[in-house]
Amino acid sequence: MEKIKHIGGSLLVLAILWQSLALAGGWNEALFPSPWGTLKGLGELLSEGVLATDIGASLGRFFLGYVSAVVLAMALGLVLGWYRSLWNYINPLAQVLRPVSPVAWLPFIVLFFGIGEMPALVIIFIAAFFPVLLATVSAVQEMEPVYLKVARNFGIGQPEILGKIVFPAVFPRIATGLHLALGTAWVFLVAGEMAGAQSGLGFLIIDARNNLRADWLMAAILTIGVLGLLLDGGVRLLEGRIYRLWGLKKRSGVS
Amino acid sequence: MSYITVKDVSRQFRRNGGEEFTALDHVNLTVEQGEFICLLGPSGCGKSTLLNILAGFEQASSGQASIDGKPVGKPNLKYVTIFQNYGLLPWRTVEKNVELGLEGKDIPTAKRQEIAMHYLKLVGLEKFAQSHPAELSGGMQQRVAIARALAVNPDILFMDEPFAALDALTRMKLQDEISAICREEKKTIIFVTHDIDEAVVLADRIAVMTPNPGRIKTIIPVDLHGKRDRTCHDFLHIRDKVFSAFALKQEDATEYYI
Repeated sequence: MEKIKHIGGSLLVLAILWQSLALAGGWNEALFPSPWGTLKGLGELLSEGVLATDIGASLGRFFLGYVSAVVLAMALGLVLGWYRSLWNYINPLAQVLRPVSPVAWLPFIVLFFGIGEMPALVIIFIAAFFPVLLATVSAVQEMEPVYLKVARNFGIGQPEILGKIVFPAVFPRIATGLHLALGTAWVFLVAGEMAGAQSGLGFLIIDARNNLRADWLMAAILTIGVLGLLLDGGVRLLEGRIYRLWGLKKRSGVS
Repeated sequence: MSYITVKDVSRQFRRNGGEEFTALDHVNLTVEQGEFICLLGPSGCGKSTLLNILAGFEQASSGQASIDGKPVGKPNLKYVTIFQNYGLLPWRTVEKNVELGLEGKDIPTAKRQEIAMHYLKLVGLEKFAQSHPAELSGGMQQRVAIARALAVNPDILFMDEPFAALDALTRMKLQDEISAICREEKKTIIFVTHDIDEAVVLADRIAVMTPNPGRIKTIIPVDLHGKRDRTCHDFLHIRDKVFSAFALKQEDATEYYI
């Protein structure tokens, strides 16, 4: 109940600020839409089925890119974290690549993969890959040593130990990386879909801009925000459940 | 030839600064089959290091530890260690935790479950077979670890301050239980503790250890004829003996301040 009050309150504040800004600026509706204009635009997009199609396209791409990045990064991170001497060679490379915005690669991505579907997928992949890889490596390296002793004592050898003991033992910390990566990857969805995709929320934004439909643009922005919030909430729920099952205290933090 | 022989074992560590630190200094100890030995001493006396060497987790810098006539090798299912922080796998149910050591052996699933349930009953946790460790109290979690260790029918149990994280009453209850179970199952036990009462309650013999460098100062036999009443006269008598063994150490130390 409290939460609904908070959300309702912040929406009200947003609507008031937004409406005052629109009135004070005196811009044409086509350049800066009012809240009401945006709602009407949203209604249009919904009734024509455009929004549903674009959401579907975006979520499809997002999950494909995100899941493939996560699976690969976890598998690689598990091995690299376990073989510390190997990681010492890879680490500098990862540290150099990690701070580069995935969008910077776009010309090369287009060169390698063409325009259309692939750039969005690849950019989401890159955005999700590094947070998960680094979280997995450090989780494995800082694993509670008692698990290792138990594995040795009960005769669990390599490579079996990686799947049977190490991965589940450090999974809560990986889950935190998964959560982080989800947020980052979602931010880059729009940028990815601006490189020639013919559907999706990023495409909708480009399309709205080209057609001077600021109300659609704003509606698309709101949709991306709300979907991001829902995805985050879902992962947060999952993360909390994992931490409880493992008997760990969730790191507290503002996010 | 004794069952477990520790002969002239030393263990040095290099600290971060590069200076050498002697955790164990020429330690000798023999243990007979079926004996319950407590390694008792303050932190830094090398008791856990000695246990880890016997269990195969660490190697001696010099000297030799052997079990059943053979030098200690890699850890294996014949000698199971129980840890202070339990070492349970939180993603598995209690029953699956107890089955862990059985999975490497060629045992059918139904038989594995049967063995797991048998040992869970022994520690009084059969009702919690399908729970996860995080849902249990510390004392219950350590019981699961004990059941998991017993399930592989080991010859020796190494226990590294297993009850140190528990509250006093739970600790006493578990002491009585482990003592009864282990004598019933005829296991050889090496039990590390810094709690004098715990050592007197449990041990057949207490190896009193002192730090800097880690040595066995003396070995005190506990001849309580199976009576482990914490308030009886004999108990207090042995407790006094242990206290004086440690108090001597303090008198030695004071000389350095003069």
